[in-house]
Amino acid sequence: MRYAETGFNLEIDLSRGSIEREATDPKDTELYLGGLGTNAKILWDRVPPETKPFDPENLLIFGSGLLCGTPATGCNRTIVSTISPQTLFMAFSMMGGFWAPELKYAGYDKVILRGKSPNLVYLWINNDKVEIRDASHLKGKGAGETAELIKKELKEPKAQVVSIGLAGENRVYFASIEQGRSSASRGGLGAVMGDKGVKAIAVRGTKDINIARPEEYMDLCKEVLEYIKFRNDNPIPGVMPILAGLGSPQEMKVHDEKWHTENFMWGNSRTRRKDFWNKEIAEEWMKTLDSMRRRLISCYNCPMTCGATIQPPGLPTYMMKCFTKLTYTMAAMSDLEFGLGIAQSATEYGVDGFSAPQVMAFALELYDAGILTDKDFPGMPADNEGRFYWLLDRIVRREGIGDVLANGTYWAARQIGNGAEKYAHNNIKKHEQLPLKLSMLNPIYFLMYCTGEKINITQIEGQFPQAPFLTREEREAFVKDWFQVPDDKFKQIFLDWEPRGEKSMPFYPNVQMCCDIVDWQERMHYIDDALGMCAGLSSFPLKPPYHIHNYPKFISSGAGIDMDEAKLTQAAKRYRTLVRAINIRRGMRRKDEKPPEDHWKKRFPELEKELMDTYYKFKGWNEQGIPTKEYLLEMGLDFVYEDFVKRGILTDNGDPSSKGTPPEKDKE
Amino acid sequence: MEILPPKVLRRKKIRNKAEGVINVKAEKKKKTVKVININADKCNGCRACEMICSAFHAAPKYSSNNPARSRIRIIREPLRDIYVPVYAGEHAVAECAGRDKYTIDGKEYEECAFCRASCPSRSDFKEPDSGLPLKCDMCEGEEMPLCVKWCTVDALTYEEREDEAAEEEKPEDIEIGLESLANKYGLQKIMDAVARLSQKG
Repeated sequence: MRYAETGFNLEIDLSRGSIEREATDPKDTELYLGGLGTNAKILWDRVPPETKPFDPENLLIFGSGLLCGTPATGCNRTIVSTISPQTLFMAFSMMGGFWAPELKYAGYDKVILRGKSPNLVYLWINNDKVEIRDASHLKGKGAGETAELIKKELKEPKAQVVSIGLAGENRVYFASIEQGRSSASRGGLGAVMGDKGVKAIAVRGTKDINIARPEEYMDLCKEVLEYIKFRNDNPIPGVMPILAGLGSPQEMKVHDEKWHTENFMWGNSRTRRKDFWNKEIAEEWMKTLDSMRRRLISCYNCPMTCGATIQPPGLPTYMMKCFTKLTYTMAAMSDLEFGLGIAQSATEYGVDGFSAPQVMAFALELYDAGILTDKDFPGMPADNEGRFYWLLDRIVRREGIGDVLANGTYWAARQIGNGAEKYAHNNIKKHEQLPLKLSMLNPIYFLMYCTGEKINITQIEGQFPQAPFLTREEREAFVKDWFQVPDDKFKQIFLDWEPRGEKSMPFYPNVQMCCDIVDWQERMHYIDDALGMCAGLSSFPLKPPYHIHNYPKFISSGAGIDMDEAKLTQAAKRYRTLVRAINIRRGMRRKDEKPPEDHWKKRFPELEKELMDTYYKFKGWNEQGIPTKEYLLEMGLDFVYEDFVKRGILTDNGDPSSKGTPPEKDKE
Repeated sequence: MEILPPKVLRRKKIRNKAEGVINVKAEKKKKTVKVININADKCNGCRACEMICSAFHAAPKYSSNNPARSRIRIIREPLRDIYVPVYAGEHAVAECAGRDKYTIDGKEYEECAFCRASCPSRSDFKEPDSGLPLKCDMCEGEEMPLCVKWCTVDALTYEEREDEAAEEEKPEDIEIGLESLANKYGLQKIMDAVARLSQKG
């Protein structure tokens, strides 16, 4: 018997209309756990670098985490993986909600889509019965609307539905896949789903998920729940409120947006408004949120209430979480009422809440600069907010200038030319980033921005405080019950870390310490992504209930796989390397690993070089960021090494090939 | 919801000479009533209650998990702001003839929203494989029902209260019969008859 996982994937070929239920190899679970880990293995095995994002051979994998569907609180993430049309690298955005546990209860760990359906379809997975159904009547419908219509049509209110809106159907490069209060937004996964002709996947499951050693597992779960209650009652002192507690940033709860509005950039990630927040705005925004927010809501089996149902006046109710609350407001230099209103349309259209507002602000900046002109915007309203609604409509329909903008700022700028490139200034690996522009280089964040392959800072940061505490006493108080650290050396680093003086940024933590810190932070995210755990209860916040010390026990008693910290770390390194290998095979090199040029005003080129050199070596990568022969063999990834040699990426001796880096792949 | 404890009261017969009538009455005694308070306004729709219920009732305990086997169900429609935790009660062998729709605070609730029965008209509160009915047992043996314990948003809270009200117990059939005989012939005659009968062996 398989524990925690079902041991079966659903393989669906949309071109042929075939559906197969395939048993998986338990050895793969041991080596790559599940979720992201096994997704990466499948992508490596089956999607060669010659395959383009919109080729029928590209796969779109919906993977549930290894522990999804078990009683572990907050373990509900679906990890969606494919080749991104925007970055041309592996995309692995994730979503919480209810879908992954439901898929497990239906008897599957993953749904793997290949090929393309000639007509728009949706999938209906009802335990053993799986159907490909016509979705022509759902064409053009909103993502949330689609989910409701499907549940009604199937007469199954308990079905969980992932769906795309117009943006996905029209292959907008930053189209999301929506599911209730959650979405897999980054990397254009919705575009690949639309390209495959799949409007939605509905799931209903009524089967058991088994636990290997039930008593032991439940004791761990109870401990976690108790610790969540403790952390909710004891926020961490000395850090800003959104970093003090657990969960993803509690944007639906907090009214005080001084920090975001004054430290994040407005417009096309350009303007900092240092004295923006005042009493009148605070009152007005509080009134707005209170009047539109109906209820704080959660994902499956989680008490954290990070999301909310929002009902803007005169518009249908939708669900929101996290920072989308402010991205439209700030891109348009408007107010919260506008932001929550346009987010309703954006959620139904299904676009990424980070990229979409920036793309629109970018377009208007080009207009102001005269690079785009009136003829590019026929019929655009004169008022600022009206323009954003107008642009959003053009983008998701790929009409006129919207067709260009729908590819994101990087590709749009290249297509527009005439100096537009320098307006696409906030990208990493061709992907729009959070609107942050800061003064002095932060070496830890530098490494994370450069080398993160999720290409989103929130998906690599966490665990280690973002800034030093002012006094030694505060630091001592903080480390006292900091048992989550993998090694006590992290406590010492933090204790010695001063806001000013010798032991302050950018030279302290020193280069080696930065490597350790970044590696720990990244590792915890990768483990979460394989287990299906929400980062909000694990890798993202300070002092989380899940950590490197209890995770091995969860895996051992839950999935029945012998696990300890070393073995778990090794597994996480293995599939993390596989993600890198997929991207290396697609041409990613050191040149791609850099933050937006204007992210920090004060840069330290020599230190930055040393950071990168040291971190690459620390990770087992050569100076181009390619995993070395020794490291690949140590990880048991001989097949990657062999492929690298075959492709001339490494030589027989394990040296980097003299052929140099492959040319930049251009737009199809 | 309430579940009554097993019978703890002893009956006491009171003889009324003048009337020759026997009254069967219950003694007033305190009893413990277990109550789950459901505050639907606080429900976040996470279904942890369903999860833990199904895990607790698995055999062996906690060996598997499957909300479809749960004895509590959250009726959850976020876009209409509908969140109703419902517990499995008695099994109904037949569908009901009339079904009610409720509108509360402008929200319309489906016809079976508040019903606790497992019945032929729906799949709720039935074992998914066998179709056998499920019923909440307040997690017998635990200090409190586990759904309550896992509901950290306090949509479900637990209360044990002492109930003063005396329990009226139904007389047994034989008592009803004897009572009517006594009313007709007088109690003494009945007792004599019983004595004669018992001597005969």
